[in-house]
Amino acid sequence: MTVRRYFQEHPIVVLSLLLLLLVGVLEAIRPGAVTPNWFRTTVLFAAPLGILAAGQTLVMLTGGIDLSVANVATAAAYIMASNARHGDLQAVLLGLAVGVAVGLVNGLGIAVFQAQPLIMTLGMALVVTGGLTVYSQFAVTSVPSVPGFIHTLGAGTVLGFVPVSLLLWAPIAVIIVVGLRRTGFGRLLYAIGDNAAACRLAGVRVWQVRLVNYTLCGLLSAIAGLVLAGTINTADLGLANTFLLPTVAAVVIGGTSIFSGSGNYSGTIIGAMILTVLNSVLTLLDAPEPIKQILYGAIILLLATAYTRVLSDT
Amino acid sequence: MVVGRVAIPFVPPRLVRRHGWTIGVYALLLASLIFTVAIHPTYGAFDIKSLALGALPLALAAAAQTVVVLSGGIDLTVGPLMAVTNVLAARAMLHSNFRDALLIAVLVLILGCAAGAFNGSIVVFSRVPDIVVTLAMSFVWGGVALLILEKPGGGAPLDFQNLAQEATLSPWVPNALVLLIVVVAAVWMPLRGSRLGLALYAIGSDRTAAHASGVNVPLVRILAYTLSGVFAAIGGLALTMTTGIGSPLSGSFYTLSGVATIVLGGVSLAGGKGGMLGPMAAAFILTLIPADLIFLGIDPNYGQVIQGIVIVLVVMVGGLAALRRKPA
Repeated sequence: MTVRRYFQEHPIVVLSLLLLLLVGVLEAIRPGAVTPNWFRTTVLFAAPLGILAAGQTLVMLTGGIDLSVANVATAAAYIMASNARHGDLQAVLLGLAVGVAVGLVNGLGIAVFQAQPLIMTLGMALVVTGGLTVYSQFAVTSVPSVPGFIHTLGAGTVLGFVPVSLLLWAPIAVIIVVGLRRTGFGRLLYAIGDNAAACRLAGVRVWQVRLVNYTLCGLLSAIAGLVLAGTINTADLGLANTFLLPTVAAVVIGGTSIFSGSGNYSGTIIGAMILTVLNSVLTLLDAPEPIKQILYGAIILLLATAYTRVLSDT
Repeated sequence: MVVGRVAIPFVPPRLVRRHGWTIGVYALLLASLIFTVAIHPTYGAFDIKSLALGALPLALAAAAQTVVVLSGGIDLTVGPLMAVTNVLAARAMLHSNFRDALLIAVLVLILGCAAGAFNGSIVVFSRVPDIVVTLAMSFVWGGVALLILEKPGGGAPLDFQNLAQEATLSPWVPNALVLLIVVVAAVWMPLRGSRLGLALYAIGSDRTAAHASGVNVPLVRILAYTLSGVFAAIGGLALTMTTGIGSPLSGSFYTLSGVATIVLGGVSLAGGKGGMLGPMAAAFILTLIPADLIFLGIDPNYGQVIQGIVIVLVVMVGGLAALRRKPA
């Protein structure tokens, strides 16, 4: 049982082994597939998902969920691209402002009005997507274009194989991982996820923490949207829409519990990498799209089940 | 001893107290219908029929979601399951006669039942949170739908389509509405009064207490998902009737819209609170909003924004009301 105990205390090790296993499978299917260049493309595609899932991790730690992350990412990228001619800085700031604004409204509804996170963020997702469609029809006169430096951020490489987006993702990851462990705000997130009522009785202003948390999630989603627009080098109205479910999957595979305040962003990072590698394995298998979808769902389910089994005490 | 006159606070009748939200939803539906007639004086039997046709699949998706949410869970496979049953029915019914179509419909219902039971069993036995299981299963069922029919196609006999599309009783009473009432009355009403219905509400409001009172919690949870599968299958058949074809992506809209509908209909996402009548009216309200916008000459793209705002306002008002009743 000591092995199991070790895994229970270090779930990140199990996840890393799983990731290595998947990379091994990839190498076995197509020998010679795993190269520095492969590493580059994998990180390129994992970075937007990882940053998007960062916000999702923060809200899921407190027992919430944000169903508007993908819509916010799309809106931020689109608004950034359609304002590119006014100057790069203004465009980026406008994009980020969208994320902060939506996050703030989400936070207000959930923290102050005590709305259920699931339905509140779902409603805001509808507002954002609908609003963006209207905006694209009435306010956008020129074709949206992604600024050059955003393209570099999302798709560029330094030192031969280090993606530029990693240079953004890594600091964000360090700030979140360390912040969750070492700062009062980070610990409050765990405390609220564990028992919000007890926090309130202990004098924590729970609503303020929630408000800031959802706003942060909105900001991170907007950043992810900009990176994704750079990676793909276009910004259309459906840019990040397929990313919603993978963010939740990445957080869950990464070991963050929806029910109690446990987990960390480091798990989510591996979760995002696992999903990205899984995607490339399925692509290499050359399976038809429906089979790929079924396998994708089944493997996520298997991983989550195995994980729950390994980590449960009984 | 003189008892002074005590101001007796106004207590609304029991019916209003217990079903206040549902009554409110129906009042809102009535108000939006009156509003519709006011802005569009020629609103008539034909419009009522298209309203019912539009609301039918959404109402059934909401019914599927309601059963699971009442039991304290959530089911993100409702939309994909509707798509699976939709394409299955449309593929099997192509070039068939009415009698065969009815037989196929029954088989599809049984399949929906099995699919729901499968979802529920995984939720119970994997011990993974329901939202995660049904999220993963939504990929699986979505893939299955694509396997059955790669792109929109198939068909259904005209008589079968007319089960929803005609207005047999009276031009003002569309079949789609009758169908919805019959389904809810035949499946939900008997169940709600039964022991199983009581158990459903019990595990939704307090799982430990329900277990302590002798409710077989895992079994009831599986049955809730099974029933959700049945409603989703009826929803898929309704899509076949209303559209006349099968489309593998037809369900994608209904998972989250169903959740929005039941919340507007007064079902608490925390479980154990709400009923089936509220969500049914809510489905009509949410279908009426985009139609009204077209009548008003507003770009239908605003529809999504307004639906979103309605949902956000409703949950905020609901949250605030709950807060006033029970100060935290």
